[in-house]
Amino acid sequence: MTEYVVRFLVGGIVVSAFAILGDVLRPKSFAGLFGAAPSVALATLGIAVYRHGAGYAATQGFAMMAGAIALSVYSVVVCHLIVRARLRAALATLLSLVIWLIVAFALWGLAGGRV
Amino acid sequence: MTPIRISSSPLREGRWYEYVIRFALGGTATVFTGLVSSRYGASMGGLFLALPAIFCASATLIEKHEIRRKREAALAGESRGRYAAALDAAGAALGAAGLLAFAVVFWSVVEESVPVAFMAASLVWLVVSVSAWYVRRKWRSARLARNAGSGTSISRSL
Repeated sequence: MTEYVVRFLVGGIVVSAFAILGDVLRPKSFAGLFGAAPSVALATLGIAVYRHGAGYAATQGFAMMAGAIALSVYSVVVCHLIVRARLRAALATLLSLVIWLIVAFALWGLAGGRV
Repeated sequence: MTPIRISSSPLREGRWYEYVIRFALGGTATVFTGLVSSRYGASMGGLFLALPAIFCASATLIEKHEIRRKREAALAGESRGRYAAALDAAGAALGAAGLLAFAVVFWSVVEESVPVAFMAASLVWLVVSVSAWYVRRKWRSARLARNAGSGTSISRSL
């Protein structure tokens, strides 16, 4: 239980720090870089190294590559949904999560990912 | 090149609950990744390190702030809000390239040295993201200049 409380606090602090950085930076397209900052990754990988060792964190880092490529596709889809389909940001970002899941799991499967 | 600058006005415009929401989302995403890792293994958990959970909240807040700002000036801000959110998404697509580089460097180095892995991966994320943004900006400027040039020649020919 304590581990999950620590995860929650560390994750919240790191994500908030990157979000504030993204808020204050201009122009907006530059600030958007911080929308894909490794905030959750830094918090999670730090705890993974401490609790399970470097090998465990390396496995997570390898799988993260598939997630990152999926995030790139996801962001492009969100951008197009907002500009061309004129959807609101909340709807576009939520609908596009399906794309993230499909691309991430497809790449993970191709790379030989197993549960 | 348009200089990168810092503006403190978004901090003044932000509501306290928006910061609480982002803190809670960040904490929840980190807990969720931990739960997935312990239930389905490190590999499946690693996949969710790039889950765009936080991005959903950020883009929505950016759109809301822009609409609020325009409404305060007695203008309809829907288009402007959507445009701001789309720009944020375009930036995130470039940032994702940096996130990929982060993962590659971390995976390659962490078993050699943990501190070096964190520092090198973070540095590579920053360098790749900023470089990608700069290259895209240059490319767009060149394209706009080319289009303006051809527009001039068309109007001349007309």
